[in-house]
Amino acid sequence: MARPDTGKKFGWGAANTIAVALTLIPVLWIVSLSFKTPAGILDATFWPKQWTWSNYSGILQSSQFIRPLLNSIGIGLIATVIAVLLASMAAYAVARLDFPGKQVLIGMALLIAMFPAISLVTPMFNIERALGLFDTWPGLIIPYVAFGLPLGIYILSAFFREIPWELEKAAKMDGATPFQAFTRVIAPLAAPGMVTTAILVFLFCWNEFLFAISFTSTISARTAPAALAFFSGSSQFTSPTGPISAAAVVITIPIIIFVLFFQRRIVAGLTSGAVKG
Amino acid sequence: MADIVLDQVTKRFPDGALAVDKISLDIADGEFVILVGPSGCGKSTTLNMIAGLEDITEGELRIGGKVVNNMAPKDRDIAMVFQSYALYPHMTVRDNMGFALKLAKNPRSVVDEKVNEAARILDLTQHLERKPANLSGGQRQRVAMGRAIVRDPSAFLMDEPLSNLDAKLRVQMRTEVSRIQRRLGTTMVYVTHDQTEAMTLGDRVAVMRNGLLQQVGSPQELYDRPDNLFVAGFIGSPAMNFMPATIDDGTLRTPLGDAPLSGRLRQALEHANAPRELIIGIRPENFEDASLAGADAKQNGIGFRATIDVLESMGSDVYVYFTKEIERGVDAAELAELARDSGRADTGGSGDTVVARIDAATRIREGDDAELWVDLRSMHVFDPSTGRNIALGEKDSGAAPGGAAAGDAATPA
Repeated sequence: MARPDTGKKFGWGAANTIAVALTLIPVLWIVSLSFKTPAGILDATFWPKQWTWSNYSGILQSSQFIRPLLNSIGIGLIATVIAVLLASMAAYAVARLDFPGKQVLIGMALLIAMFPAISLVTPMFNIERALGLFDTWPGLIIPYVAFGLPLGIYILSAFFREIPWELEKAAKMDGATPFQAFTRVIAPLAAPGMVTTAILVFLFCWNEFLFAISFTSTISARTAPAALAFFSGSSQFTSPTGPISAAAVVITIPIIIFVLFFQRRIVAGLTSGAVKG
Repeated sequence: MADIVLDQVTKRFPDGALAVDKISLDIADGEFVILVGPSGCGKSTTLNMIAGLEDITEGELRIGGKVVNNMAPKDRDIAMVFQSYALYPHMTVRDNMGFALKLAKNPRSVVDEKVNEAARILDLTQHLERKPANLSGGQRQRVAMGRAIVRDPSAFLMDEPLSNLDAKLRVQMRTEVSRIQRRLGTTMVYVTHDQTEAMTLGDRVAVMRNGLLQQVGSPQELYDRPDNLFVAGFIGSPAMNFMPATIDDGTLRTPLGDAPLSGRLRQALEHANAPRELIIGIRPENFEDASLAGADAKQNGIGFRATIDVLESMGSDVYVYFTKEIERGVDAAELAELARDSGRADTGGSGDTVVARIDAATRIREGDDAELWVDLRSMHVFDPSTGRNIALGEKDSGAAPGGAAAGDAATPA
């Protein structure tokens, strides 16, 4: 009986190793590139022959990277706060109330989440230019909120559904207005759900590339992932591979820390409502 | 403190279902009233309407003389205890109990004082800083009570507050609820599906079925003088035995034996224009082991033989179960509903099993062909088509205290 078990374990172990290696090698490659000198980029070794911090010191002194990093943080945080606030209200209504058009609303939210973003880029480009939103923070915050909302509504309505309705009735009997019942009883209980939603929306904003590169033209609103594409070498003929790699590592680090800290929450958010009807 | 008046209160849900149909009930200041009935009878909906958690479709609700139909729950000055307790999981016991007072903007010292006082009454003082998740079922139940008590409201509403407790704790808490209500003297409306709770707790009990009020009265009154088949079958444990009976030539023919009609019953039957086919109801305690029944008592009932299927000894009494050959079963919607509610319909127990409660001194054993005796003075007679209790006679004439209405229904067999 022991033989098939060890065989199975070995098989799974090998499969896992291959899967992890496939996903990690590009990441490690970027890390390796970020430590190479410009001359060593094409030396065809995985391990840098000559280590250097110059790529990092270079980008961290350049406004071409620092400003987009601040944009990323600012736009991400503002979009997250707005999306979670709106999503919690919408999700509360979806979970608690029966109103005409509820199914349509849920369907629309799903539709938006599924919509190919590229098909929206051209019309939104024109709309944003006409409204003067092009290359501004709101120009990115608004679409990010729109795309973060469906996710938020889905996750939060699952959380709200698990809060017994009687708690709200009890709060009403205790003399709470509907607003007080929500802020003092329901919202604290849904706090884990809100944190989860916030994390997922923030990750979405942080990673977003298509809108970021389409709706910005200068570093006044360009986010970090988009800014990477505009790095230039020291001369027209040197490629900025080293600085790009270093910047990629820098913007990945917060995500890694985030995920390590909130792993459970993120999984809970992604699977909530999946098991319990 | 206040009285609560329901005047033709009706609840119709948006899907058209009629949950409560024109209920009128006067609840006096300081009175303890129980709403009881099987699930789906509209008792919880009625309570929610009093609380303000459900809109009233028609009719008028007055608390302390004021019409409160359109008042929000928080303006009605009533407290409610929920079946699930609905304690706020993120707050300590102290915060749970003080929540309403804080919302009402009482100063901190007042909140603390009232919470401490309620905790003392309910024996929760040492648990004040704990969260509900760390409390036992009985403690949670007491916190829920405490949350209602601290507010010193004009009325308490209780929605099956004890049904989540185990049997032993439920009996203890039942006494506790009764004690608290007496001590505070606050009007209380209490919803339950458990007839034992209803009988033991209330000053008055209101029995509901299908959104209609069946009968309101003191527990004893409901027990002795049920208005109809439903109340008769619902109140009392073990339940009343129902059997078909026929009037034939001045004789009442029952599956247990024949008995001549007494003058009084004959009058009542004539007055009610009763059909010849009737349903009779006999409580288990009206049976006795024939050898133990007194000689003079025997004159008021009939003796019969039956094979004992099951015998349950309760210590003070013995319950015996036997089956009587009945050609025509008792067929009434009310009884079918009661059977469904009690689960009898699911367990497959047949409707014609009779339960008798007899003296523990009996020598009857399981399987015996025993000689039993039934007292027919307290027999109830119902019209199968309407379910009304015929032997009660007219409503106003039946107000005599105590004593069974169907007294001397039959003369010795």
